[in-house]
Amino acid sequence: MDMPIYAEITLVVNGTGHRLSVDTRASLLDVLREDLGLTGSKKGCDHGQCGACTVLLDGRRANGCLALAVAHDGAEVVTVEGLAKDGRLSPLQEAFIEHDAFQCGYCTPGQLCSATGMLDEAEQGWPSAVTGDLGADTVLDDEEIRERMSGNLCRCGAYAGIVAAVRQAAQRREAAGT
Amino acid sequence: MRPFAYERATSVQDALERHSDGAVYLGGGTNLVDLMRLGVEEPARLVDVAHLPHDQIELRPDGSLVIGAAVSNSALAADRTVREGHPMLAQAVLAGASGQVRNLATVAGNLLQRTRCPYFQDASKPCNKRDPGSGCPAREGEHHNLAIMGHSPECVATHPSDMAVALAALGASIRIQGRAGERTIPIDELHRLPENEPERDTTLEPGDLITAVEVPPLGMPSRYRKVRERASFAFALVSVAAALDVDDGVVRDVRLALGGVAHKPWRAWHTEDALRGAEMTGESFQRAAEVELGVAEPLRDNAYKVPLVRNLIVRTLTELAERGAS
Repeated sequence: MDMPIYAEITLVVNGTGHRLSVDTRASLLDVLREDLGLTGSKKGCDHGQCGACTVLLDGRRANGCLALAVAHDGAEVVTVEGLAKDGRLSPLQEAFIEHDAFQCGYCTPGQLCSATGMLDEAEQGWPSAVTGDLGADTVLDDEEIRERMSGNLCRCGAYAGIVAAVRQAAQRREAAGT
Repeated sequence: MRPFAYERATSVQDALERHSDGAVYLGGGTNLVDLMRLGVEEPARLVDVAHLPHDQIELRPDGSLVIGAAVSNSALAADRTVREGHPMLAQAVLAGASGQVRNLATVAGNLLQRTRCPYFQDASKPCNKRDPGSGCPAREGEHHNLAIMGHSPECVATHPSDMAVALAALGASIRIQGRAGERTIPIDELHRLPENEPERDTTLEPGDLITAVEVPPLGMPSRYRKVRERASFAFALVSVAAALDVDDGVVRDVRLALGGVAHKPWRAWHTEDALRGAEMTGESFQRAAEVELGVAEPLRDNAYKVPLVRNLIVRTLTELAERGAS
């Protein structure tokens, strides 16, 4: 049997630096869960189709299951465990609670990280597949939110609450001018 | 998954030198890592080229673009110059995958992604593309979303990219660094039809590294339209990338490429020829579409794609004609 090949990498996860020896085959998701004990990020399909593993990788949302840890040596990662600041949930997390945006909760960490990244993308004026005028400012209506969140599946079907929560977080963010 | 060595290339030359037998270039990994997990790809070594300095989009004075091979799909679609000058390219990229996949995926990786034919992706099944000579169960099996044109007895796979369809319509060129030096080829000569070598998706030689995509200026309204089995995050059943220049009710110029119909993005040269100088009416659009689709050879369960893509061509051209005439 072929022997595993290991590589030394560093990762900054939720603000804390780590030096790790990883099997080159290990996904970022597996390193977070198995090596660092951060089990918030979930393994759903392990093929990039369900979004349960979504984390923020160097500030952008990405599927942790498709990212080889070794290929992201030196990266900054934020997981669902890192969204709260100083013991306070993020406005998006609060909105999820307020709008009952989950049932079993398995997809929720991925939904939260994905929506956090998505709100940044929208703020920077990134268009989506349902944006009619590619030159216009981004307005996050329900159709835009659904399209931009299509990489996150919820088998409980909590989508109505998820869209409402994301809409509220987007509106509050806009009102706060941040 | 078979263990593999990982090396990060520091330059194009370094990448070529590290690329030896059993090595595969790694971009964003969104398709390759998945195929490795499925046991479809088993590289002995990955040469990571995602960190090479090919992450810029250059707008040249004539309106053409030079897009670095390592530009992420997201960055390409968000780029203001792309959105303004080549909207169908931004639309095509946005029509593919999900937000998180597009953030990881690169331009060259998008071009070189493998087919999503269910038999290719299932290592327990025969597949001439994965295991030459083993047979093609898709021809008689599950093929409702496979090719209607240009297929062979050996392979009925389709190319899954949306972006490549827009680049085909735009007449893009692919800049390649190979062991014998640099060359630039039309995108139409990058992907190939399966013929009796379905294991070869492209004309690339071992070690060849795509470094950039050059896109000529467009200067007419354009649109990418995609039909899929759910509202988002699904591969195309069929898609159309079109640009149309009309003057006084007559087609002055046109670009048209089709996705989801063949082993490569299908530039509809015959339809384009039939349209230049034609009246801009639904009837003439339909006649021109049928010229191209005359060579279609649908399989038992995918004949629906012929009228579907014909109607999509007519609808997209009609929309562009109305926009150009207003």
